[in-house]
Amino acid sequence: MEEKPNQATELLELSSGKAEHVYYWHCGYYTSRFLLGLRDQTTILGVRCSACGRVYVPPREVCGRCFKTMNEWVDLGTEGTIYAFTVVKLPYVDPNTGLPIKVPRTDIYVQFDGADTRLMHWLDEGDETKIKVGARVKAVFKKERRGTIHDIEYFTQV
Amino acid sequence: MDNVAIIGVAQTKYEKGKTKNYAELVYEVSRMALDDAGLELADIDNVVTTTNDFYDGRTIACMAIAEAAGSYGRDATNVEGDGTLSAFYGLMRTLSDVYGTTLVTTHCKVSEGAPRKIFNQMFDPIYDRRLGMDAISSSALQARAYMDRYGITQEQCARVSVKNHGNARNNPYAHVPLDITVEDVMKSPVLADPIKRLDVAPVSDGACAIILAKEDRVKNGRRKPVWVKGVAHCTDAYRLGERDLSRAGALEEAARKAYAMAGVKDPSKEIDVAEVYDAFSYMELLWYEGLGFCGAGESGRLIDSGVTGMAGALPVNPSGGVLSAHAVQVAGLARIAECVLQLRGEAGRRQVPGAKLALAHGITGICAQTHCVWVLSDTPAKEV
Repeated sequence: MEEKPNQATELLELSSGKAEHVYYWHCGYYTSRFLLGLRDQTTILGVRCSACGRVYVPPREVCGRCFKTMNEWVDLGTEGTIYAFTVVKLPYVDPNTGLPIKVPRTDIYVQFDGADTRLMHWLDEGDETKIKVGARVKAVFKKERRGTIHDIEYFTQV
Repeated sequence: MDNVAIIGVAQTKYEKGKTKNYAELVYEVSRMALDDAGLELADIDNVVTTTNDFYDGRTIACMAIAEAAGSYGRDATNVEGDGTLSAFYGLMRTLSDVYGTTLVTTHCKVSEGAPRKIFNQMFDPIYDRRLGMDAISSSALQARAYMDRYGITQEQCARVSVKNHGNARNNPYAHVPLDITVEDVMKSPVLADPIKRLDVAPVSDGACAIILAKEDRVKNGRRKPVWVKGVAHCTDAYRLGERDLSRAGALEEAARKAYAMAGVKDPSKEIDVAEVYDAFSYMELLWYEGLGFCGAGESGRLIDSGVTGMAGALPVNPSGGVLSAHAVQVAGLARIAECVLQLRGEAGRRQVPGAKLALAHGITGICAQTHCVWVLSDTPAKEV
């Protein structure tokens, strides 16, 4: 067989294999307190910047605008309005389990009363004709809560 | 700022599943960019590469392209982000008086991994990642917030897709040239409403490289130099929930600074051609507003008017844009390379006649957390 430069008779592929790297993220004080709020108080906690007055949810140590440590905790309750939504129809793998996620799934940003930022979660409504920006929603909590974002099962229209 | 020019550019064709490995792609464009400039590697003082360890499937992925990017035996550094940011870093190094020339490379072989899983892993592991967010669903939320606030219609977004896929037919590097109608886009499958299949960029493999030179090194090149007149970047909040998704605040700030530096007062009148990072059709409309091509909420009317089409006063994405070829991290540098071709008058069938001032735009992060704006000219900012 005639050899040509820079050509192989076959171009091969190799797989990485299925080895996993598991991470254990420290949640830190602010995120822990937020998750404990879900687990133990079934409420949503934010934190206010004493310099600019913005209330952040989920809470975080530093206000990006003021570069100040935030310490003033705010109980935001469980109700807010829809800031944006999308009904996802593209099948997807659930990052928690590796199993196919059920679609349609409605992602929303919830604007809580008294907060300046928004929390992402799911809405229990797959019919997009019944969802409007600005509609009132409230958090539905699971009975068995473990201190994760999934302690909120989903949001539902009030 | 001292005068710096782009004296060489190179791109591969963008396509799915390239069989070269990523070092081979980088070598291809590094060699072509040197040939374009009429230089040899010995003329290059330093190198800026662009890698992402998740996309490349390797830790410190930049190390694996030391030979291919010409880093071997010289000062080299790396950026993880869009190629416009690598070029920005390259520009700073060129201006430092330590290096007279800089080779900037970017590559993408994201087809070798699992792009949607990797995009999910951009998100905070405590919150949004666990809820299954990815590039498409997060962009759908941004599109919703923007379109709802200003009454932008899905048909107006579809017109961006029709325009750019149509323009791509004139670009030999484009991945997805298409002859489609607004109706075709509207009838394409809904992925995450309001985003449909034909509103979304493909995932492409490919590479791009440019060579920057200080004024006293420009004369060694063989192409007409293209000069950097203004450049700036700006970063927004990490969390989408902290941003006003109906505006591109970070882009407004980056554009304001880049225009001030370039002496641009009315971008819609002064800029002859723009290449912007339209990963989704609605993004091009949102970026028109951020770049000051029109007022807030006016982009729908701007696309309807045809101003940004090839026959309009301000053609946007003559190359077909990112909607027609999306090599992640490459696509912003490709916008710069396309502007260079336009200003040299070498853009072939996608040439905007007589283009003298061009704008290139790149983004990085979830729903464009960071924006980078370049204003390029066929004449130097300061007299030579």
